[in-house]
Amino acid sequence: MDRPFGLLAELTYRCPLACPYCSNPLDLAGYRDELGTAEWLRVFDEARDLGVLQCHLSGGEPLLRRDLVDLVRHATGLGLYTNLVTSAVGFSRRRAEELREAGLDHVQISIQADEPGASDRIAGTPSFARKIAAARIVKELGWPLTVNVVLHRQNIDGLADIVGLAEELRADRVELANTQYYGWALRNRAALLPTAEQLDRAEEVVRDAATRLAGRMDVVYVLPDYYERYPKPCMGGWGARQLTVAPNGDALPCPAAQTLPLPRANVREDSLERIWTDSPVFRRFRGTDWMPEPCRSCDRREIDFGGCRCQAFQLTGDAARTDPVCHLSPDHEIVVDLVQAANSGARPRVEALVPRPHRAGPS
Amino acid sequence: MSSPDSVVTGAVSPSGRPRLARHVRLTFDRARERHVLLRPEAVVVLNDTGAAILGLCDGERTVAGIVEELRGRYDHVAEADVERFLAGLVERRCVVIDVEDDDG
Repeated sequence: MDRPFGLLAELTYRCPLACPYCSNPLDLAGYRDELGTAEWLRVFDEARDLGVLQCHLSGGEPLLRRDLVDLVRHATGLGLYTNLVTSAVGFSRRRAEELREAGLDHVQISIQADEPGASDRIAGTPSFARKIAAARIVKELGWPLTVNVVLHRQNIDGLADIVGLAEELRADRVELANTQYYGWALRNRAALLPTAEQLDRAEEVVRDAATRLAGRMDVVYVLPDYYERYPKPCMGGWGARQLTVAPNGDALPCPAAQTLPLPRANVREDSLERIWTDSPVFRRFRGTDWMPEPCRSCDRREIDFGGCRCQAFQLTGDAARTDPVCHLSPDHEIVVDLVQAANSGARPRVEALVPRPHRAGPS
Repeated sequence: MSSPDSVVTGAVSPSGRPRLARHVRLTFDRARERHVLLRPEAVVVLNDTGAAILGLCDGERTVAGIVEELRGRYDHVAEADVERFLAGLVERRCVVIDVEDDDG
C-alpha cells in the first residue's frame, strides 16, 4: 500500500471570511468540538511515522487557533514541510515573526478578486487591504509566497489584473483555481459557474502569464472540471497520496468526503496508521477494484481514478459511479445541462450568493 | 552570493551550474528510506543516484564537474543521463541552472 505524502490539517472551520465558494461542510455545527493541542501534536507524530512529508495547515482560518505557533514548531521539528493556508486576517507582524521563528516553510494567502470592492464583497468582510499588507510581510520575512485565487463567474473577468497583483506582490506562485463544487460552492453553483467564453479568455490570460513569468513566478491553473472531457484525478487516487483531518478529528481521504455515506473514522478513537490502512472509509475506493464500467475497462483508470467520488455522489446519488464530468459517463448529461444553463443568455453575470457563516450557529 | 546573469529553465549545458530552486528542500525520509525533494505543493522521491547528483548541485560545480565527481564514485556514469535527470527537475521547478552570459 502507498504511504501518504500530504496531510491537510483543517484546524478549525471558524473563519473571519464568508466566501460563498467555501468547500467547508454545510453542517458547520458538527465541528465545534475541535481537537486540542495535544491531539494535533499526536496526529502530526502519527502522520510523520506514516510517511507524511507535507503538512498543510488550513481551515477555516488556521490563525484563529491560539496554539498555531506551537503546532507549527512541532510539525517542522518532525521534518514536515509546513504550509499555512490563510485568509491573512489575523496575520499581524508579530504573529508572522513567531511563525517564522517556529519554522513555518510557506504561506498561501487567498485573494478574492483583483480590486478591494469586489474582493471584500465576495469575502463578505473588509479584508483586501489586510491581505495586501500580509503578503508584503511574508516577502519581507523571506518566505515563499503563494497567492491563491478561487475563480468563478463573478471574478474571472479580472484575471489579468489578479495576475498583475500577484506579480506586484512578488509572489513565487499564483494558484488560479476554478471553483470546485463542494460545500457552499455547490449551493451557489448556478451563480458561480462561468461561461465558456469567460473561460476561453481566462485561459488565454493564463497562457500569456505562464510564458511571460517563466522562471519568476509559477502560474498554476486548476481547470474548470465541468468543462473538461475527462474528470480530475481526485487526490491522486483515493487513500493513495493524501489525507485530511477535519477540526473534530475525522480522518478522510479528501476534505469533501464527509458528505459520503461511509462509516466515520476519527483520530480520537484510532491511530492514523490504522485508519489509513484498515478503515472502511479509506479502503472503500482505494485502487481500481471498486470501479464500474466504463472506468473498469478504461485505459485511463489509473490516470484519473474514475474522477471524484464526492462529485459522483453529489450529482448521481451514488459515490461508486463514474464521475459525470467524464464524457464517457452514462450520467454526463447532468453536467452538460449545468454547463448549458450557465451559457444561456438568461443568466445574469452577477447574482446573489449565499455566504457561508463565519462560525456554526446554535444547533 | 553573486547573482547569475541569466537563468536557463529548459536546456542543460555542461557548463551550467545547477542548484536547488529557492524554497526547495532536500531531505531523507526514514519512512520510505529515500531522499526526497520537498517543495510547496509537491514531493519528489529520489533514488540513490538522484540523491547523489543533487547533493552536488551547490551552484558552484558545473554539470560537467558533477559528472566527473560521480565517475569517481560510480561505474558507468553517462553525462546524458545526468543532464536528462537535471532537465526533468528544471521542468518541475526543483532545480535552476545558472549559466554565464557569453555576451557579458
